[in-house]
Amino acid sequence: MVGIVGYGAHVPSYRIKVEEIAKVWGDDPVALSNGLVVNEKSVPSADEDTATIAVTAARYALARAQIDPSKIGAVYVGSESHPYAVKPTASIVAEAVCATPKLTAADLEFACKAGTAGIQMNMGLVESGMIEYGLAIGADTSQGAPGDALEYTASAGGAAYVIGKDNTIADIDHTCSFTTDTPDFYRREGQDYPSHGGRFTGEPAYFKHVLSAAKMLFDETDSKPEDYDYACFHQPNGKFYLRAGKKLGFTSEQIKQGLLTPNIGNTYSGAVPLALSNILDVANPGDKIFVISYGSGAGSDGFTITVKDEIVERRELAPKTQEIIDDKTYVDYAVYAKFKGKIKM
Amino acid sequence: MRDVAIIGVSQTKFGELWDSSFRDLIAEAGIKALVDAEIDGNDIEAMFVGNMSSGLFVEQEHIAALISDHVGLNPVPTTRVEAACASGGLALRQGIMAVASGFHDVVISAGVEKMTDVVDATPAIATASDQEWEAQQGATFPSLYAMIAKRHMHEYGTTREQLAQFSVVNHKNASKNPNAQFPFEITVDKVINSTMVADPLTLLDCSPVTDGAAAIVMVPAEKAKEYTDTPIYVRASAQASGTLTLHDRKDITTIESTKVASRKAYEMAGVDVKDIDVTEVHDCFSINGLLAVEDLGFVEKGKGGIAIEEGQTEIDGDFPINSSGGLKARGHPLGATGIAQAAEIVWQLRGEAGGRQVDGAEIGMTHNIGGTGGTAAVHIFGRDL
Repeated sequence: MVGIVGYGAHVPSYRIKVEEIAKVWGDDPVALSNGLVVNEKSVPSADEDTATIAVTAARYALARAQIDPSKIGAVYVGSESHPYAVKPTASIVAEAVCATPKLTAADLEFACKAGTAGIQMNMGLVESGMIEYGLAIGADTSQGAPGDALEYTASAGGAAYVIGKDNTIADIDHTCSFTTDTPDFYRREGQDYPSHGGRFTGEPAYFKHVLSAAKMLFDETDSKPEDYDYACFHQPNGKFYLRAGKKLGFTSEQIKQGLLTPNIGNTYSGAVPLALSNILDVANPGDKIFVISYGSGAGSDGFTITVKDEIVERRELAPKTQEIIDDKTYVDYAVYAKFKGKIKM
Repeated sequence: MRDVAIIGVSQTKFGELWDSSFRDLIAEAGIKALVDAEIDGNDIEAMFVGNMSSGLFVEQEHIAALISDHVGLNPVPTTRVEAACASGGLALRQGIMAVASGFHDVVISAGVEKMTDVVDATPAIATASDQEWEAQQGATFPSLYAMIAKRHMHEYGTTREQLAQFSVVNHKNASKNPNAQFPFEITVDKVINSTMVADPLTLLDCSPVTDGAAAIVMVPAEKAKEYTDTPIYVRASAQASGTLTLHDRKDITTIESTKVASRKAYEMAGVDVKDIDVTEVHDCFSINGLLAVEDLGFVEKGKGGIAIEEGQTEIDGDFPINSSGGLKARGHPLGATGIAQAAEIVWQLRGEAGGRQVDGAEIGMTHNIGGTGGTAAVHIFGRDL
């Protein structure tokens, strides 16, 4: 059965607190933190981008996969902040992990769910026998315009997954997707910051797609919330995540391990891959995991995953997600503005 | 001039209706009004539609033709009426005049606004103020009404809690209105501690951005009983204009157009304000609801806050205000509001208002404002002529 051979996470070490951003814009930090359920977010340094995050995560994934990188037949990097508009991030990653030259590679974009789309594409290639192993990465250094609501959450981070049939540490039992054309969030070519539909990003966008994909996944697997040990969803903020979990009938115990946004913000394409990596860091063999990503525009990918015995030793071969998150340095708004290129000279 | 009767009313659910387009909303309201009136579309002779800003909200003008075409009423003459937030009230008045004059026998007056297709509705709403002297100088509607509120508090000692209480009563009434955007109760503390919009007005002092439509079918009073056993009669239709800008007023705590239109209406209906059993006022902001209580003459100037605090505006109070939930809690789809207000009064006078029914309501009134009072429309309705 196709599954996860290795996984790795990376989150930049700089953090900015919601109250530091609120101070600049005259907003109420307590109301914002409580409303969004976000306390602080990760900030990429001036020399970090989607490529560096993807490479770091991919190296950790390969450390756990314990495979010869030249056996990787496909590299897909999902992001909405690829460093180049034309020139792939995937080729940088493939070169950096010594997977070149016998492979296919491409960049993906589907707002916050391009990472999980890459996992699905690799699953298809592995199942068909076209490749032995594939590497799927979701990583972003997302953008929020100064003063926009997004600025409180748009952050940076990513996770990588080696997909294959052999040497797996977890089975991907099932996957499905729910996609419509819903323009809740977009950024045109050449624009520095994305536009969003305000409250339209809620019910008709995030919740409709996440809940519909979840229902589809329950139906197709003939399962229910209590059949799972863990569940995680896309998390543009903590509030949406918690509400989605409640609406789907999961307990707070089932969903808390996957909730990272309060401490690192919304890592966009990295969000669900990171949530899953944080679960894989602690899950016991036999545990079942329910996963729903979401990308604006809009669509959701769903996965059901069963953890295998092999995870116990192999996950020790790279840093755990929480260790990476805990290694942090706070910056003020001025340094944040410099790192994010918001200061124009 | 003929007397006019209302034989059918409707209102769509108000709210963020992501799955309903502009044309869906007006079609739904129109069909429901025809069903309520138990008449056929072929009976309609003319249609007036109140709409403030379809051009800015959904990038569509020429909506009169769009509507008659979309709902299959061609070639019925259809006319769009615009007076900012009073567009609905004026569409109602145009319909009344068309029937009263003898020009048409069966007329539908409707209102519609689809506001949630834009990310920020504020610039569109601001076009109801004076662009050169207010909007372009940075004044938005919340800030204009906030200045009125500040002055009212200064002049008359009106308290923050009294303003908040107006929203609290609205929500209490809306909790019994299935078509309301916010059918739940709130508290004074919640209002005061909600997000600041323009001091002293917080989020829960402000009416929301709303999608919705409403419609009313009218016929000559003499023919009303041919259609229904419970016609509601139009006792008065009055309209007045006032200064478009706040700074041109001698006193910004009085909306002169409301005073003039209401006094005309009382005279036309042959009633005193004390005779009004139930009223829908234009509370785009809590302060404007308070001003209406005063300017319509329910209490003298400066006493609105106390009246609200004492519960005089509640369903079982001396002069029930906004049984529907008002603009604050029923919702405020700008061009539809004046029609929805009249629909609520018709339901009240028919005794069909359910849990929010004002017992024994015989005479009801609507008060619809455009901008900060550049236009005011006041209508009085009765179970009898």
